[in-house]
Amino acid sequence: MPETNYDQEMAFFVDMQRCIGCHACEMACAECETNGQESMIHVNYVDRSKSTQTTVQVCMHCEDPTCANVCPADAIHQDEFGVVHSANTSRCIGCSNCVLACPFGVPKKMEEAELMMKCNMCYDRTSVGKKPMCATVCPSQALFFGTKEEIARMRPDSVPVNSFLFGKQEVNTKVNIMMPKGTDQLLIP
Amino acid sequence: MYRLIKTLNRRALIKAIVAAVLTVIFVLMGSRNLQNFDPALIAYLIGTVFAVFGIAYRYSVWLQRPPTRLYWRRSMQFLFSRYFFPYLWRSIKLFVRNIFFQRFIAFRSRRRWFGHFLLATGCMLAFAITIPLTFGWIHFILKPGDDTTYYAMLFGFEAGSFQLGSPLAFIAFHGLVWSSVLVTIGAVIMMKRRFTDGGLIATQSFENDWLPLFLLIAISVTGLGISYDYTFLEGKTYQFMAVTHAITVILFLVWLPFGKFFHIFQRLAQLGATLYKAEGKRRGMATCPHTKEDFATQTHIDDLKKVSKTLGFNYDKEDGTNHMDLSPEGKRSALANAHLNARKEAGKLFG
Repeated sequence: MPETNYDQEMAFFVDMQRCIGCHACEMACAECETNGQESMIHVNYVDRSKSTQTTVQVCMHCEDPTCANVCPADAIHQDEFGVVHSANTSRCIGCSNCVLACPFGVPKKMEEAELMMKCNMCYDRTSVGKKPMCATVCPSQALFFGTKEEIARMRPDSVPVNSFLFGKQEVNTKVNIMMPKGTDQLLIP
Repeated sequence: MYRLIKTLNRRALIKAIVAAVLTVIFVLMGSRNLQNFDPALIAYLIGTVFAVFGIAYRYSVWLQRPPTRLYWRRSMQFLFSRYFFPYLWRSIKLFVRNIFFQRFIAFRSRRRWFGHFLLATGCMLAFAITIPLTFGWIHFILKPGDDTTYYAMLFGFEAGSFQLGSPLAFIAFHGLVWSSVLVTIGAVIMMKRRFTDGGLIATQSFENDWLPLFLLIAISVTGLGISYDYTFLEGKTYQFMAVTHAITVILFLVWLPFGKFFHIFQRLAQLGATLYKAEGKRRGMATCPHTKEDFATQTHIDDLKKVSKTLGFNYDKEDGTNHMDLSPEGKRSALANAHLNARKEAGKLFG
């Protein structure tokens, strides 16, 4: 990787309950140059038959990424800042293992290009000290990129949580979600 | 040295030695006990045998990784099934489309495909010419009493002839010139992308992305130098041109198994992945319990559960299901619902 100016004081905070489904993040995401102008963020209805609630999902950049482990082509790598990068284009064989194994449902398979793509935290921006595109445009701050002190000031009744339990599997991530105070892990039944 | 050997992967080492020995045997057989072998190419031959050794070693280590091993075994199992002929035909078509023409790259970017296609075609053409020559499989002769007809000998058998000075002779003798031109144009197109694309600038590295392009251009330019020398300089700089070209080519061959060029061999796995999907579809699709839609083949989901457990990830749930039974959208919704419930339990949806 080239020399970077990645600010490790800055972190990503997601609060799905604040998502209003405006899709501004999707439009902004497509501006990210590391995505090749494809939008990588996911905005979808949680359960359309019961509610209009939408949810937003960026890559959570797992500490031990399942996607990278199940990749048969060694195409996914994690850098020294913990950013899990989109598939190496020369290696990815388009098998979809990562798409189906990611516990957060993040990677996308570009079928005709035989390529997996995913959010890499706008590495062209974050590597030079800027904020990811989605976080700069989110009007409800469901997506926020800043310091822990800033988020603590803005959300006094919440805490950032970066530990998840999917069945028997604990997954720790670089990206946080905002949870009620006193919570240290989100259990996904 | 002993410690270094001890760290080597034994199974891969054996396979690599077998591959290298087989290459030498094929050289001996194809060149008729070296009588058709050109000793001037000995350095290239040693480089090629080393490349075969390295590629076989790395390929074998790579195949030992659980997900790669699974794809390899499944691909072989599905190919050599009762659907052998349709799957073979499908694989041949895909080989032409995705390996020879690399059409999948066009869907990433047309210019990128064009650059890569020129690069890859130039390299494949150059390999097709130089490997049989280096191995002594092909050589050319003149027959007594006729000094205008050139005979191409394949494994010591006459395989064709052409008149010296004919257009065919011009095309054939300049085969490596054409490939050098293709490679150079392709490499320049790929370099331009790396200068102008913000995403590539942020993520590229010298050794993985620039060095391979520099090396390919160096090989092409020094190769063109040999041609330039005997065409216009009467061979005055032959020694220099030949040595610099040999150095760049041997560097390429030695580096082939370790650097970015290994993707040439990894790419073949794409054929296996496609076959895996086709057979999986025939066997039946997995339906997401949340979206109620088919999202992947059931074979894929079942295999992935096993592979991820082998790798130390267990997404089994208390009710006997697995988190991987959900489609990507289903997983995102499950997470959002869990988050909503946690907020509800706390008595405040926002905080």
